[in-house]
Amino acid sequence: MQLGKSRVLALLAAASIVASACGSSSASPTPGATPVPGTPAPNATPAPATPTPAASATGLPATDSTVYPREQTLYTSGKQWGAPSTWNPLDPNMAMGVLGLQYETLFLYDPIKDVYTPWLASGGDWDSAKTTYTIHVRQGVTWSDGSAFTADDVAFSINLAQNKALGSNLFDYVTSAAASGNDVVVKFKANPAYQEWAQWLYNSPIVNAKIWTPFNNADILKNLNMNGVGTGPYTFKTAAQDRMVWVKNPKWWATAALNLNVAPTYIVDIVNSSNNVALGQLLSGGLDLDNNYLPGIAQIVNGGYNVTTYYAGAPYMLSGNTAWLVPNTKKKPLDDPAFRKALAEAINPQNVVVKDYGNIVAAADPTGLLPVWSKYIDAAEVKSLGATFSTAKAKADLAAAGYKVGSDGFVTNKDGSAIKLNLEVPDGWSDWMQAETLIAADAKLAGININPTHPDYNTVVADRNGTDKAAPVFDLVINNDVQIGNTPWTYYDYIFRQPEIAAGPARNRNYEQYDNATAWALVQKLDQTPVEDTATMKTICSQLQKIQLTDTPIIPLWYNGEWSQVSNNVWTNWPSDKGAQIQPATWNGYWQMGAIYMLTNLKAVPKS
Amino acid sequence: MGDRVRRYFGRKLLTYSITFFVAATIDWLIPRFMPGDPVASLVSRTNGISPDAAKALSDYYYNLFGLNQPLPVQYLNFWGSLLHGNLGLSVYGHGAPVTDMIMGAVPYTLALLIPAILLSWWAGNSFGALAARRRWLDSTVLPMGYILTATPYMWLALVLSFLLAFSWRIFPLSGGYGFNLEPTLTWLFFTDLVAHWVLPFLSLFLVMFGGWAIGMRNMIIYELESDYSRYLEVLGAPQSLVRKYAFRNAMLPQITGLALQLGVIIGGQLVTEIVFSYPGLGHLVFAAIQSADYFLLQGIFLFIIVGVLVANFIVDIVYVIVDPRVRVSMTGGTA
Repeated sequence: MQLGKSRVLALLAAASIVASACGSSSASPTPGATPVPGTPAPNATPAPATPTPAASATGLPATDSTVYPREQTLYTSGKQWGAPSTWNPLDPNMAMGVLGLQYETLFLYDPIKDVYTPWLASGGDWDSAKTTYTIHVRQGVTWSDGSAFTADDVAFSINLAQNKALGSNLFDYVTSAAASGNDVVVKFKANPAYQEWAQWLYNSPIVNAKIWTPFNNADILKNLNMNGVGTGPYTFKTAAQDRMVWVKNPKWWATAALNLNVAPTYIVDIVNSSNNVALGQLLSGGLDLDNNYLPGIAQIVNGGYNVTTYYAGAPYMLSGNTAWLVPNTKKKPLDDPAFRKALAEAINPQNVVVKDYGNIVAAADPTGLLPVWSKYIDAAEVKSLGATFSTAKAKADLAAAGYKVGSDGFVTNKDGSAIKLNLEVPDGWSDWMQAETLIAADAKLAGININPTHPDYNTVVADRNGTDKAAPVFDLVINNDVQIGNTPWTYYDYIFRQPEIAAGPARNRNYEQYDNATAWALVQKLDQTPVEDTATMKTICSQLQKIQLTDTPIIPLWYNGEWSQVSNNVWTNWPSDKGAQIQPATWNGYWQMGAIYMLTNLKAVPKS
Repeated sequence: MGDRVRRYFGRKLLTYSITFFVAATIDWLIPRFMPGDPVASLVSRTNGISPDAAKALSDYYYNLFGLNQPLPVQYLNFWGSLLHGNLGLSVYGHGAPVTDMIMGAVPYTLALLIPAILLSWWAGNSFGALAARRRWLDSTVLPMGYILTATPYMWLALVLSFLLAFSWRIFPLSGGYGFNLEPTLTWLFFTDLVAHWVLPFLSLFLVMFGGWAIGMRNMIIYELESDYSRYLEVLGAPQSLVRKYAFRNAMLPQITGLALQLGVIIGGQLVTEIVFSYPGLGHLVFAAIQSADYFLLQGIFLFIIVGVLVANFIVDIVYVIVDPRVRVSMTGGTA
C-alpha cells in the first residue's frame, strides 16, 4: 500500500522496462535490409539492436539446427488450417508435406502435360489382357533410416488397402498384389477401374513394410507417426501449433538416380492465420510461397513488391478446381431441369470474375471441365446445349416452362407459391460471400429470388450433407470439392455418383442428389477405360456432357485459382507459364502432381 | 478470529463450488447447441477422398470422440473424465488430448495476462492518483486515458500491429516466436520470445491502464473532497498524510473493480491473441469455434472459469487484508 514518494520513480522504472523491452527486440528497421516480421532475426547476421546478444547470435554456426538460416529456408503457407497433428501418410488430415516431401508414390502425374512419370517405380506395364499390372520397383532407393527399399514394401503398401479402417475401394477391382523379385505383380478382376488405379499409382504413399506391419490393424489411423521413416527428400524436423518444419534428407535417392536436388535445407510451413497476417508476411519477405486466396493480389503483383504469380497477367493463377452452384434437386422448383437451366442462364460468372476476383480467376466453361481436361470438352455439344449468360433468355425460358411472374417481380412456383432460394456459403470466405451477392443480383434481374446467406462452415456442411436423421435442407450452395487430377472421371463421379451416399459426413459426391442411371452407367464405363485410350474417354465424356448440359444437375460458375503467390526476395526461378510449367502448390496431392520439381528448380537469390 | 475466518472462507468456497458446477454444466451444454456436426466438418475438409474413405474416417472420428453415444452418457462421461483430470480429445487437433493442447497454450496466455493485469493496475492506479493532484497531468494525459479505455482491444491491437510491426518493423507481426527458431535456452530465443510478446502485451496493458487511471483519479478527487479529508486538513495534518488516507480509501473500489473486470479482460485477451496469431488460449478458442470442437472449447472455458474463480478468491483474500472493516467484522468488532 505504501507507495509514498517513490511512486514517480517507480513509474519511470516501469516505463523504462517497457522501453528496454522495445530496445532489446527491435530488429533495426534498416531500409533496404529485409527484416522479417514474424521472424525478427532472419538473416545469418541478425540485426537486433542489443549489441551483446546479437554478437552471440551472429556467432551461431549455420549448422545450428535450432536456427534456420534465412537463405537456406523456404517459408510456405496455405495447406494447414490447423496445427499439424498427424504425420500418418494414410490419414487424409496429415500435415503438409507428409505425402510428397517425406513419403513418396510410385509415379508422379503432371496435369499440364498429362504425363505419368515413374518415381518409386522405375516403370510399370500391363499384360495384353490388361488384367495384370507389373510394377518395376526402383533399385537403389533407401529409407531415411538407412534400410533398403524393396518390392515387399510396395506390395505391403498396396495390400494395406485391405485394411477396412482406411476405407479404400482398391480391392473392389484388384484381386492380389505380391512381390516377385524386384517387381510387384498386381492382378485385377475383369473390367477394373483403370482410371482409379492410375490415380492410386500417383496418390498413395509407399510405406516401410517392417515398420508398418505392427500398425496394420483397426487402429492404424491412431498411429500419429511423428518423425516417421520415408523415402522422400525431407525428414521431420519439428512441429508446433503454428508450424511444420522439414529438413532436407541428404540421402535422397533421386539425387543420384535422376540428378535432382531440392534447394531448401529447411521448409517451414506456417499454419494459416488471417489474410492480413499472411499478406504482411508475404510483402515483407517473411513468406516465400503463399497458397491462400489473398484479395487484391493483382495490384500487389504490379506493385513492386517482388511478388509474382504463375501468369504475369490475368488470370494470374492456374485453375485448381471448379466452383459450382449446387442446387438441391429434391426441392421445388430446383427439381425442374428447365428451372435449373434458366438459373444457369441468369447468372453471369464474368461478374464474379471481374467484380469479386479482379480477374485472378477465369469464368468456367459451360461443361465446368477444368482447363487441364479441355481436350475432353465436346465443342459441338457445348455450342448447341450449353447455357450462356442471357437475362432475356432466362426470362423467356422460365415463362415457357410455366413460371409466372408474381406481383413482387419474382417468378413463383407453378402452384402460385413464392420462390425464395437460400444460397449458402461459409462465413468468412470473403470471396465467395461477395460472389453470392453478385449471383443473387444477377438472378434477380431474371426474376429469380435468391437470398444470399453465410452461416458458419459447420452449418453449411450440415445443411448440405444432411444427417442420419434429416435430409439435406439447403436450396443452393457453392462447392469446389474436385481438384485437378489425372482423369475427368473424378469430376463426373462427383456429379453423377449413384447410389445416393447416405446423408452425413461420408456424403462427398452428388450433393445435388441428382438421379440418372444412364449417366451413372457412363461414369462407370469411363472408370473402366484404360487411361491411354483417350479416344474412348472422349466419346464417353461427350455423352456425359450431353446429359449434363441438357439436365443442368449442377451449374459451373468459375475456375477457382490454384492460389499461389511467391516472393522473389530469397528464392527465385518459381514455376510460371514462361519458365518451368510446374504446379506451384503445397496442398495435399500437388507434390505428386509435379510440385516437387518446384523445390529442385528453386534458386537462392545471392545476398547483395 | 479463526472460527469466523473459517466460516467466511467456507461460505466462499461453497459459493465457488456451486458456481463451478453450474458453469461447467453450461460449458458442456453450450457447444452442443452449436449447429453442425464436428465430424462432418472435419471429414468435409479432406476434399478429394473417396466416399468409402470418408465413411471410414468419420466412423473413426465418431468412435474416437465418443460422439456415437447418447447425450446423457456423454454428459456423465464428461464428469467422469473431468474428475480424472481428463478433458477429452480435440476435434481440431484430430484427436490430440485437450489437456496437452491447453497446457501448450497456457504459458503464452498467462505470460500476457498476469503482467498486463498487475502492471496496468499498479501503473494505472499510481498514475491516476498522481493525476488527481497535478493539473497539467490531469488536463493532458487523462484525456488519453479516456480514449484508451474506450478503445476496443482488437482495434488497438490492429493499430499497433500496423504501425509498429508492418510499417516501422520494430516488432514482429505475429506468432509466439520466430518461424526460424526452435525453442531453446538461448539468449537469441529469449529475446525473440520477448519481441513477439511486446505488442500483444501493450494492447492489453494500454487499454486497462486507461481504465484504472481514470477510476483512481476520480476516486482520489472524491476522497480528498470528503469530510474526513477536510477535517484532517483543518486539524493541520500534513498534505502527505491526507493523501495517504485518501489513497487507501480510493484503493478499495479498485480492488473490487479488478475482480469484476477479470472476465472482460480475458475476453480482450482472446481477441488480442487472434490479431497477433499469438499461440495462447484465445487463438485456440477461435480455432475450436471454427471446427465446432466441443471438447477443446469446453476444456478451455473450464480452464478460464477455474482461473477466474481462483483469481476472485485471491481478491477476496486480499480484501480481508487491506480492508480493516472486513477484518474487524471477523474479529467480532463493528466497523
